[in-house]
Amino acid sequence: MALLEVRDLHTSFFTDAGEVRAVNGVSFDLDYGKVLGIVGESGSGKSVTAYSIMQILANTGKIVSGSIKYNGQELVGAGEKVMKEIRGNKISIIFQDPMTSLNPTYTIGRQLREAILLHTDRNKEEAKARAIEMLKLVNINEPEKRMKQYPHEFSGGMRQRMMIAMALACEPDILIADEPTTALDVTIQAGILELMKDIQKKIGMAIIMITHDLGVVAQMCDEVIVMYAGSICEQGTEDEIFYNPCHEYTKGLMRSIPTSDNQGEKLQPITGTPIDLLNMPKGCAFAPRCDAAMKICIREKCERFQINDDHAAACWMNVKKAAEEGGATA
Amino acid sequence: MSEQTRPLIQVKNLKQYFDINMGFGKAKPLKAVDDISFDIMEGETLGLVGESGCGKTTAGRSLLHLYKPTGGEVIFEGRPIKTKKDIADFRTKATMVFQDPYSSLDPRMTVSDIIAEPLDVNIAYHPEYKDKEKRRRRVLQLMEYVGLNSEHAARYAHEFSGGQRQRVGIARALAVNPDFIVCDEPVSALDVSIQAQVINMFDDLQDKLGLTYLFIAHDLLVVRHISDRIAVMYLGRMVELAKASDIYDHPLHPYTKALISAVPVPDPKVAKANKRISLTGEIPSPLNAPPGCPFHTRCPYAKDSCKESMPVFDEIETGHYVACHRVKEIND
Repeated sequence: MALLEVRDLHTSFFTDAGEVRAVNGVSFDLDYGKVLGIVGESGSGKSVTAYSIMQILANTGKIVSGSIKYNGQELVGAGEKVMKEIRGNKISIIFQDPMTSLNPTYTIGRQLREAILLHTDRNKEEAKARAIEMLKLVNINEPEKRMKQYPHEFSGGMRQRMMIAMALACEPDILIADEPTTALDVTIQAGILELMKDIQKKIGMAIIMITHDLGVVAQMCDEVIVMYAGSICEQGTEDEIFYNPCHEYTKGLMRSIPTSDNQGEKLQPITGTPIDLLNMPKGCAFAPRCDAAMKICIREKCERFQINDDHAAACWMNVKKAAEEGGATA
Repeated sequence: MSEQTRPLIQVKNLKQYFDINMGFGKAKPLKAVDDISFDIMEGETLGLVGESGCGKTTAGRSLLHLYKPTGGEVIFEGRPIKTKKDIADFRTKATMVFQDPYSSLDPRMTVSDIIAEPLDVNIAYHPEYKDKEKRRRRVLQLMEYVGLNSEHAARYAHEFSGGQRQRVGIARALAVNPDFIVCDEPVSALDVSIQAQVINMFDDLQDKLGLTYLFIAHDLLVVRHISDRIAVMYLGRMVELAKASDIYDHPLHPYTKALISAVPVPDPKVAKANKRISLTGEIPSPLNAPPGCPFHTRCPYAKDSCKESMPVFDEIETGHYVACHRVKEIND
């Protein structure tokens, strides 16, 4: 049994304009000590997947169907009381924007202590000691002095460290990091990523890393999920995704980033614009932008297809290739 | 880029200070851009990189005289820009593309009016566009340049996606038929797949219209892809300037080295083998810039002497400028 099992998750937002299917049948497993990367462009449903696990969706959002099991315990429909036990305690989340996710009117120390007091049996003194210990863990100098300061006295990188300290204060099993370094400069980003890796090695928790940056994925992750329009297009180990991409969208993404190999050449962007989630096509969501689209891609959505033990993709090209190879050997 | 090309723009000792009100009627200068000099050749793309707050955007804006520079001079096509008339003339040759495609387009104007606004404002320079039909045809031509559907001319900005809005912003910058465009983080708000489309478009437009760019961005992979030469800024000063490939493969300044090593490479094997040079501490506030070399507080090679005097921005190798006291010792 995996630590976290997500099966066929569907999450929708019910807006005035209609139902927006933000997450459309997402399934994955996560084990202790693993870093799972979820990549995709804006609107691909990567953040909504995370918010569904935490059940912190906006009022209009709802998990329509599917199952999320944490240590065998079903979370979908479990109710607010159970989720309060889980959130922050067992599964923690850090958000993209460290500027807006801290309360500007409370000191850093108070916000850290609050998280600890809420989730553990520690008394005030122990909570304070734990808070200082956590600030040390994320390499903030002079933690005693820093505890008395307010968020505006912290730089962006320090605020994100503080967020990590807060998220890890109760020793969660799973840390969800939603674009944790997008708002930060590269030198600061590198430090935060390294810190997360170090702490993960120390504590042994699992991390879900949500990002749009393939560079961050390459540095951090063991397994990768690529999402487009609310569905998983491709899923596999990091090496498989980077060196053997099998979905046309993943291939397109890899071709559109500038690297040392395509210097002086034209980039090969994916044509068209991302899809409107209110008007989803019948077939593959990527088909309207796909250069290799076949008739069946427009007609029918491709199911997940296992390429090897470590790799699955939902692209008709693989089905076609497998059929051809099967035909050739037969 | 051939040797015979001449500089289109020369920037000499450009300074841009802002007075910050410290209360009680006291003001303190914030040195956003402090004494930077560089040339941009005709048809060249100069990349300008640095972390947030290093003054790269301010440098671009004060170069265009959107702020009145505190000191130094900008020479365009051999003529220094001094009087109001010079600035007005200059603005019909040099334009800007802004970072945020959401806030830089007026929501109450149609796309065709947004694109034609520079023509309307500079009508004295382009009297031919007083003719409605000519103006309309020019707008359609510009929309075609940037790959926008001409049927969308009557629409408003909110009807477009981020990538399309950025195309509108680029069409607007091209309206007066400029020689030079300052591109301030033009792709950083866009998704990866759209980003590549826009980068290619900048390339194509440069070939087609013979444009010169100052390309400001913090994404080093993008800057390296598009630039001929790259300048690196830190705390309002220029620390290194060289050919794009040299900056990337053979950086000489310790800050550039750290910056390059911190770039997340989208290749797991390279990323995991990569030895990162970690910088301790945070970027100092430009209000309280440290004395001497501005980088000494975070520099792994800093010596006491670095705290005393400002290093000179010197040509260490041909076409490779570095501002570091110890550049020779640390690169041996």
